[in-house]
Amino acid sequence: MSTSPAVATRRLPGVEGVWVFVLADMCFFGVLFVSFMQERIKQGALFETARHTLNPDFGGINTLILLTSSWFVVLAVDAAKRDRLATIPKLLLAAMLCGIAFGISKAIEYGGKLAAGITPMSNDFYMFYFSLTGIHLLHVIGGCVMLTVFWLKARRGEFDSRNMKVLESGATYWHMVDLLWIFLFPLLYLLR
Amino acid sequence: MALLTKPATLVWLFLMAATCVTTWGLSKDQFTASVATLSIILIAAIKVRLVLLHFMELRHAPLPWRLLLEAWVLVVTGAIAGFYLHAAPVA
Repeated sequence: MSTSPAVATRRLPGVEGVWVFVLADMCFFGVLFVSFMQERIKQGALFETARHTLNPDFGGINTLILLTSSWFVVLAVDAAKRDRLATIPKLLLAAMLCGIAFGISKAIEYGGKLAAGITPMSNDFYMFYFSLTGIHLLHVIGGCVMLTVFWLKARRGEFDSRNMKVLESGATYWHMVDLLWIFLFPLLYLLR
Repeated sequence: MALLTKPATLVWLFLMAATCVTTWGLSKDQFTASVATLSIILIAAIKVRLVLLHFMELRHAPLPWRLLLEAWVLVVTGAIAGFYLHAAPVA
């Protein structure tokens, strides 16, 4: 286990407010997950047929992209803790580009569905599919804007071991976006 | 390289491997639907917990915050698995 001085005592990374937001957002998604599962019981056959039109390759690759993005952010926070100022912007840029890649992949996926005549109005499964992934995508877009701002700040040397509350708060949010997708992906694409 | 031996990097490698097992392994037809699905739900829960503890650094956080978020994982996983078992597998 890590024994670096920064983590020797128990502490919450970032500001507490971001954790309150994260918990509230996770509970909001939790409720959506449960309503999806309830509706799945009522319309089992329809949900299973509709699920087969989704391509798990997209979901799986998007999971790998978000996990990698999160990992870059972990390394960026670690670089700030160690005052490796030149490394921080590179890692934040890499994390942001992963977020963009997720968005592009999602756009291709949505495009394919819409081209096949599938919309949120097609049936309840697609309503859940488009709204759950859509709300999540808004989180990813917001995160990309945040990472771009962080990248610019890091280039100006604004983050270091004594100034990292903002970076840590943003990192906490970005990991939550990753975490929600980890449940969202199997729920929509893989349950059979 | 020091980077490759960092705990966070090992966690990331595990998460990547677990994702591949879930997406391209367990989804195959040689597993019965319920075994595959329950394994997929369990693996997702383990992955989420690793993100919470290692990426979000909850393993070093004050205990109430850690317990609150671990409780979320438990409740959400339990609810998904419970509702899944309540509905008979379709295929």
